[in-house]
Parts: sequence; structure tokens; C-alpha cells
Amino acid sequence: MTDTPGVAALRTRLEADLGGAARAWLDQAVAEAAAHARRPEQPTRGPMPTWELRLAEAGRRCGADHADAARVLLLHAASADPATLARVYGQGTAPERRAVLRALPHLVPGPEALPLVEDALRTNDTRLVAAAVGPYAARHLAPHDWRHAVLKCLFTGVPVDAVADLPRRARGDRELARMLTDFAGERTAAGRAVPDDLRRVLSLTDPAGAAAPTAPSGPVAPSTGEE
Amino acid sequence: MRIFDPHIHMTSRTTDDYEAMYAAGVRAVVEPAFWLGQPRTSPASFFDYFDSLLGWEPFRAAQYGIAHHCTIALNPKEANDPRCTPVLDELPRYLVKDNVVAVGEIGYDSMTPAEDTALATQLQLAADHELPALVHTPHRDKLTGLRRTIDVVRESALPLDRVLIDHLNETTVKEAKDSGCWLGFSVYPDTKMDEDRMVAILRDFGPERVLVNSAADWGKSDPLKTRKVADAMLAVGYDEDDVDLVLWRNPVAFYGLSGRLALDVTGTDATHEGNSILRGGA
Repeated sequence: MTDTPGVAALRTRLEADLGGAARAWLDQAVAEAAAHARRPEQPTRGPMPTWELRLAEAGRRCGADHADAARVLLLHAASADPATLARVYGQGTAPERRAVLRALPHLVPGPEALPLVEDALRTNDTRLVAAAVGPYAARHLAPHDWRHAVLKCLFTGVPVDAVADLPRRARGDRELARMLTDFAGERTAAGRAVPDDLRRVLSLTDPAGAAAPTAPSGPVAPSTGEE
Repeated sequence: MRIFDPHIHMTSRTTDDYEAMYAAGVRAVVEPAFWLGQPRTSPASFFDYFDSLLGWEPFRAAQYGIAHHCTIALNPKEANDPRCTPVLDELPRYLVKDNVVAVGEIGYDSMTPAEDTALATQLQLAADHELPALVHTPHRDKLTGLRRTIDVVRESALPLDRVLIDHLNETTVKEAKDSGCWLGFSVYPDTKMDEDRMVAILRDFGPERVLVNSAADWGKSDPLKTRKVADAMLAVGYDEDDVDLVLWRNPVAFYGLSGRLALDVTGTDATHEGNSILRGGA
């Protein structure tokens, strides 16, 4: 298990936001998940473990706005291993899948859970795409896949603020710069606007890393290929 | 005017439909799991379908400002195929999901022993999961099917006031109403029920516990039939409140029995929810 302080802070914030009944439900659910984690391995057949039922009902118990945080806490309390995370993701609704993706950096130190990130990046659901490009992807996604993930964000309108560790991974990435420039050229050729986020990421690919991250200056930076 | 279509198969519809539905006043839909026109041959294709009803379809709907919930079940037609019946064993893991507001569509197609088993099993699942049930009445031999359906519900653990009996018409409405269940009417371009017949039924039987749906799917159907019924009601002198009762409050009350109906459309903006909640923690 990793990043326990981050999870503790998450719980503090969530409990402050929840009403009495939802907070009591959360406390009980987290306790059940922790109890499950302390038990020896359960057979995978048979009725659903109680903590997984709690994971499913988190939206109606805590409200949709708090469901992600509640589910991350439950996954963490249950010490869900990569196999469990893969099963919960595979059998999950879109919001449950998003919570699994958000839980990855707290639970999986190595790259074993990358197939889940790759699955989410194949969807066109922007909520899943945004959750997929978090800190776990920043740490483990291979360069080719990471570049395509950034490009997918630009294509689908996911703000690149969602891309964790963007300045570090973009810095000096010439291939990413080329892809962005080509994409800008394609957009311009089609008479469509080049997204502001594209210019921002392009400036971050500067090897000197000197570009201001939020205030691209001057005229359109990328070549349109039409000059 | 706010409209809730309590039975529509959006998986088979286009984004143009979503746009037109929103313009007509549709703000919420329930998509019952049903068959796809082409029979399925394995449980796995049901699971992908259910996952889509809990993933991609609500996402699509939200982009057009429409709240999307679903009902999950093994439909009566495919309950007759032994390759598909193992779906029944996997239903419990779907029936706990937040967006599932009923068990359905269940009921009879050809009134076979396999359909008896699937109906009774799924009524029990509804009771176990504190969900209401959406029960389809058969296209053929409808009145017999209705009577047998009501008998099976009476023998089940699910009270009749947690059951919506759908696809009713002039020949079945009275017995359905007398049973105490909720009354569903599917308004179709040529078959089932049309707007004027619907208004006549409302006049004769009252608007209480009546739900009107388009049941639009991959066949000849019209996702705007709910609005057309509303207009037909207004044209004969019903007021806005009557329309709101039939086309909004009744479906909200029925599916609200699940305790899982969330009618505020969750934004599809990628920075909504988790991002802001988890910032710093993730």
C-alpha cells in the first residue's frame, strides 16, 4: 500500500463535506473494507464481499459528487491488489471504473495495473480519459502511449490540467512536439481553431523548460504546414 | 414542459434523437435492458450490453442534458434460449449499481415454462435488491399474458405497487389498474397505442399511476411520442399540471421507489467531480 498520508487527507476532506448519515455510512463501509483486508484470501466465487457492495452503492449514499473519493477510500481500506482492481474495474460502471483509476497511485507501486489505464484511454468517455492520465500514468505509461494520451485529451476536449506531471514529461519531448505541430496543421487546414491547450503543451516541450506554462505568448506557435 | 421517458432504448438511437428529445422537453430517460433484434448467443454479450447501459449511454445522454438510468434483466424472449439463461446468475452484481432503478424488462413473450422461471426468479431478485420491476406484457395473447403476469406477481415477494406493467392498451388497462400496479403505455407510430387513444384512456381511467413512454428502439418508433401525448392532452383541455403528473411526476415516483434516481445531470466536463475532489490527494 502506498501514499497513506494522501489517503488520510482525502478522508478528512470527504468527511467534512458529508452529512451525518453519509458520514456514518462511510465510516462503517471503510471499517468493513479494512476487516476484509485483514482476512485471509477469500474464494472468488459466491456472494459479493460486503465492501464491494458498498463500493457499488457509494453514489447513492454519498452523492455523485463525493462518490469518487468514497470509492478511492474503500479500495484503499480493502488493500485492493492489482487482480482485485482489475476485476472491480472490469465489472464496474463508468463511475466505479473512474474511481479505480484514481486509486491506482495509492495502491499499485509498479506498472501491473497499466492495462486498466490503457483500457480507459481506448474509450471516448472523457471522464475515464481524464482519470486515466493521472499520477499513475505519469509514473508508468510508456512514452508512445503517454503522447497518444495527451493527444487524445486535446482531441476529446479533456483539459490538459488533468494530465499529471505534464511539464516534467513533456520537457524536451521532440516527438510530442512534432505530433502537436502536425495536429495543429490538420486543424488549421480544416479551418478549425487550434486548442489553447495545444499551444500550452507545445511550449512545455521546449527542452529549456523556460516557457511559461499558462501564458503562451505571441502568434500561433505551431507551424501550420501551409506557409 | 419537463418530460421523463420511462422506457426508451437509446442504445439504438442517434445523437440527433437526443438533441430533438431535449428540444421537446425530455430531461430524463430510463432505458430497460431488452433484446437487440438479433438474438444473442452467449452471456458475455449481455454483460457488454449491461456495461454499456451503465457506462457509455449515460455519458452520451449527459452530453445532451438528459439524465439516463437503466433497468437490468434477462428479457423474456431470450430467457427461452438455454445459452442465455446463465445471465440470471450474474444479475445480482448488476442490480447493486447506482444507476439501476428497476429490474426489467421481465414478463412473458410466448408464456413458456422457461419464461415462468425467469419471471419468478427476477421478481424475487427485485424484492431482494429493494428495486421495483418493469414488467412487459406480451404482444400476442395479451390479456391472457396480463392475467398470468398478475398471478405470478401476487405469488412473489414483490408487492404489486412496486410493479409497472407496460405496453397496456384498451383491452388490458382495466384489469391492470384493478390489480394495484403502475400502468405503462407505449405510444408507437402504428402499433400498440397512439396519442388520441392514449388521451381517451386517460379520460376514462384517470392520470393516477399512469406512465407514458415511446419505447423507441431499433424498429419503427418515435422518440418524441411522449411530447406528442403531452400536446394531445393539452389540446383536449388537460392543464400543464396534469401533463406534468403523467409525463414527469408519475415516472419519478415509480422509479424513485428504488432510492437511486438522480435527476440532476452530472456534467460530462472532464474536470467535474473527481478532479477537484482529489486534487492534492491523488
